[in-house]
Formats: sequence, structure tokens, C-alpha cells
Amino acid sequence: MTLTLVALGLLAVGSFVLKAAGPVAAAGRELPPRVRAVAELLPAAMLAALVVTQTLGEAGRLVLDARVIGLGAAAVAVALRAPFPVVVLVGAGVTALVRLGGWG
Amino acid sequence: MSPFSRTPRDGSRRDPLLGEALALAAAVSAYGLSYGVLATAAGLSPLVATGSSVVVFAGSAQFAFVGVLAAGGNPLTGALSGVLLNLRYLAFGFAMAPHLPRGSLPRRMLDGHLMIDESVALALAGPRHDLVRRFRLAGLAVGVGWVAATALGAYGGQLLGDPRALGLDAAFPAGFLALLAPWLRSRQGRVAALLGVAIALALTPVAPPGIPVVAAALGAVIALRVPAANRPTDDPTEERP
Repeated sequence: MTLTLVALGLLAVGSFVLKAAGPVAAAGRELPPRVRAVAELLPAAMLAALVVTQTLGEAGRLVLDARVIGLGAAAVAVALRAPFPVVVLVGAGVTALVRLGGWG
Repeated sequence: MSPFSRTPRDGSRRDPLLGEALALAAAVSAYGLSYGVLATAAGLSPLVATGSSVVVFAGSAQFAFVGVLAAGGNPLTGALSGVLLNLRYLAFGFAMAPHLPRGSLPRRMLDGHLMIDESVALALAGPRHDLVRRFRLAGLAVGVGWVAATALGAYGGQLLGDPRALGLDAAFPAGFLALLAPWLRSRQGRVAALLGVAIALALTPVAPPGIPVVAAALGAVIALRVPAANRPTDDPTEERP
């Protein structure tokens, strides 16, 4: 249990250092133009990566399951400019229905 | 005004931020319940399980940690895999930093603690003048839900059943897709997103969890070399006339 608590402490400290490094070091500072340009585009690349890894990834593998159908439905909702909570509900609801139907 | 929220035609402006933050907080809370159950099953006391959601506050890393514990692995290995999963926050933190106020050190550290996927995505998808409020409100709403739900799961056991049966594992990518949409209107944004997808897909089968999303950041660097056909404005969500 002691080792577990030490490990948990390390996880907490490591996570905090990673999360807080940017705000603590650079909050309110102008970044060099080139870094700033990258920072502006960073969320596009990383959000897109989160979307595909959370839709297709499972324990380090790529799998096709009900989430793909749910995300397809959510994409339609985004294209129709549905409000954000509706997009989330459509993604979860359609995935749940597909699973209820016995797939994925 | 974010592109996926609407101002009613009669002109009354209802702030959509609360609904957006609550939708994410609800999905996160469902996972908090299962995290509380899994963490206690893996041997953490309910108090430690709940405390871990306060001090770590990074869901995927916490799941990775108790996953290693439950499998009988070395807790230090669990901590390392959790930290790897959190590497992306280093990039997110520097992307957010220029937009955050340079308050006192404790304020900046608190902003750092609120740095999670949901708060970053909600903040950057909205208008820049409203960024700090969006970031903090989303971070606090998700944080309160995450910690309260962890306690419920840890002390009260499984109340909800399997979140997957409710499709909640698809709620997060669906939300991130909605928050990604504003970037897809500029050519560089589309290229960055496509490269991010390609890099993440290529690395998922071969790299440790967490690395594919970090490596996807390269997509943003490469996309800068693409001439900006329709020049992205300072505010990616600015409505075009």
C-alpha cells in the first residue's frame, strides 16, 4: 500500500508538472510568432487525433465497433450545426442503440 | 459565438456555455463512477480513490494507473503509463498559455490543474475574448463532476452499470469532433487535422498509449508549410459574413 501511495503521489506530481508548465511559465506572454502559429494549429491536430484514437482505439489496437456508427451520426449533427450537447447525446445514443442491436 | 450553438432568432442571447460544460461534465461523471468502482476494486481505499481524482485530475491517466494495479503490476509502472498519457497536456498548456492571464503563481498553478481535454477544447473552440471564462468554467464543472462521481462510485459501488452500454465511450470523441469543427473551416486547420488523424492511426498499433496523440502535434508543424488559401483569422470561430 505504501508503494501504491508513493506511485500515486508521483503520478499526481508528474501530471501537475505537465499540465501547469505552460500556464506557469508562459501565461500572458507573447510567444515567438512561429511558436504561436504552431500553437494556433495544435488543437486541430491533437483534437483530431483524440477523436480517432477514442473512436477506433482499444488497448493499443485499432478496432471497428459501434463507436464508429455513433461518431458518423455525431458528424452529421455537427454538419447540421446542432448544439454541442445534442452532438454528444447523438454520439452516445446512437452508439448505445447499435450495441443494443447486438454489434460492437 | 461558437459555430455549433445558436442565437435564437428573436435575439435573446442565451449563453450556450453552461449547456456545453454540463454535457461534458455529465459524460465525465459517468466515467468517474466507474473509476471509483475500479479504483477500490484495485485496492485503493475509497478515500484515496476520491483523493486521486482531486490531485491527479486526469481521467485517462487514472484509469491507466488502476488498470496496472488491478492486473497486479508494479504501481510505479502504472504511474509511468499515466504520465505518458498526460504528455499531451504539456503541448496543450503552451497552446493555452498566451491566452491565459498572468496572475499570481497560485492562480497560474490552478489554471494548470484545470488543464484537461474538455476545458482546453471548450475554451479554444469559442471566441478569444471569452476564452478564460470558458476554460475555467469547463474545468471546474468537469472537475466537480469527476470528483463527486468518483466518491459515489468508491463509497457506493456501481450505480450506473457499464458506461459502454450507454454509449458513453463515444460521447467524448463526439464532443471533441464538435469542438474541432471551427478549425476545419481553414485550409491549414484541415491539413493539420488530417495529418493528426494519419499520425495517430499509424502509431496506435505500435506506440505506447498516449504517444499517438502527442506525436499528432507534428501535424500542426507540417501544416504550417501549407499556404493558407483562406487566411485563418486570429479567431478560428469568427463567423464569416
